[in-house]
Amino acid sequence: MNLFLDAFAWIAAPEQWSGSGSLPQRLGEHLLYTVIAVGVAALIAVPIGWLIGHTGRGREFAVGLSGAARALPSFGLLFLFVMLVGVTLRGPIVIAVLVLLAIPPILAGAYAGFEVIDRRTIDAARAMGMTEGQILWRVEVPLGLPLLFGGLRSATLQVVATAVLAVFVGLGGLGYGIVQGIAVRQFDQMLGSALLIIALALLLDAVFALLERFAVPRGVRAGRTPIVRSASPRRRAVAEPSA
Amino acid sequence: MTWVLANLEQILELSLTHLRLSLLPIVLGFVIAIPLGWVAHRYRLTRGLILTLVGLLYTIPSLALFVVLPPLLGTPFLSEANVLIALTIYAVAIMARSTADALASVDPDIQQAATAMGYSSWRRFWVVDLPLAGPVLLAGLRVVAVSTVSLLTVGVIVGVDSLGYLFTNGYQRGILASVLTGVVVTVLIALLLDRVLALLGAWLMPWTRAGRASRRSRVAQPSQLVDRAPATVGTGVQGSGA
Repeated sequence: MNLFLDAFAWIAAPEQWSGSGSLPQRLGEHLLYTVIAVGVAALIAVPIGWLIGHTGRGREFAVGLSGAARALPSFGLLFLFVMLVGVTLRGPIVIAVLVLLAIPPILAGAYAGFEVIDRRTIDAARAMGMTEGQILWRVEVPLGLPLLFGGLRSATLQVVATAVLAVFVGLGGLGYGIVQGIAVRQFDQMLGSALLIIALALLLDAVFALLERFAVPRGVRAGRTPIVRSASPRRRAVAEPSA
Repeated sequence: MTWVLANLEQILELSLTHLRLSLLPIVLGFVIAIPLGWVAHRYRLTRGLILTLVGLLYTIPSLALFVVLPPLLGTPFLSEANVLIALTIYAVAIMARSTADALASVDPDIQQAATAMGYSSWRRFWVVDLPLAGPVLLAGLRVVAVSTVSLLTVGVIVGVDSLGYLFTNGYQRGILASVLTGVVVTVLIALLLDRVLALLGAWLMPWTRAGRASRRSRVAQPSQLVDRAPATVGTGVQGSGA
């Protein structure tokens, strides 16, 4: 436990809190990469995911993409892209890689959010005379929101984790402390940085968990039903299992 | 290409090491997650507890976990054990949730029929529940296999040789072919394991094979679930890593 005390002491030390390379600066960099990457990825992936979910076309594409993306080693992609484009543009390139990694989970979340909606709900909306646009914005989007936030949550975690590695291509972020700590065998710095990264990841995860919860429209639980169960229409009709 | 040919021996050696180090977490994760997932599925109280815990564990970025484990476990800072344990934790995190979902996907009518035929709950679990949960379990295991292979590359930072070595070494020395080879071979190994698991699943669960499944609509359902499962995982635990 001694090592942990050292790590906390390292975090609390005044020299980590001011000047260049301070913890607030590293944290800021890390958050900046994350927010930009997830934001850009959402702008790209959400409309496509909704389109797939609304029309039902391209479902295999969405499933295949999220499967294939999992196989790609993000660590290697980072190096590969920086080498391909050149070190001078490494900032935008790292962001681009993070965007690429964030797209599949967001796409899957946007599309799956529509997929889990009971078809009868949409049929009822159509029977009531809603236009396609109204069905999309007033029925599908609100009901699909919890799973969309789930996708954003996965994407954010993926990006936070990969941004730890950005230090290898000469950018900052909280990974700096770990990698430098390993190089000079300074364990308090390694451990302190790792603990901060974990705290950041857990904090962001908690924020999204809350968003997911509040995104469920009042009186509706369907959005929280795992897709696995929705595959059995008979059981859904009998009792909506609580997730 | 010339770089690949000149370094073929090293690439092969790293690939074999990579494969060897990937297998243990995948197998261990599966074995540990089955009872855990069962407990999560069986009792409402433990369900929330276990699924929240594995969710939190999965949230931890890999490099941070590699660094935090040694002081917790008393292992040396740069040792294979840390990476293997960390990857096992991720595997359990994915698999426990998959197992709970898989067991929930078993038709309760079939379970009741088995009970009515005199199966004890222990025997019913092995003979009825587990095989019927198989397709969803398999989908989870394939996710575990692919993400383990990909995550193992990060281990090179804490001194565990894997295909990740081709990334760091290639980048430092400016050899694009090395990094590219590393990415391609990592993906190939992941796809290979994925294929092997899919074939293993088809062999162990002949009722899920295409063609036969359509004969009986009830039994056909699990095969549909396999397609859907990756998206399901995405809503809950997929995502962390790197």
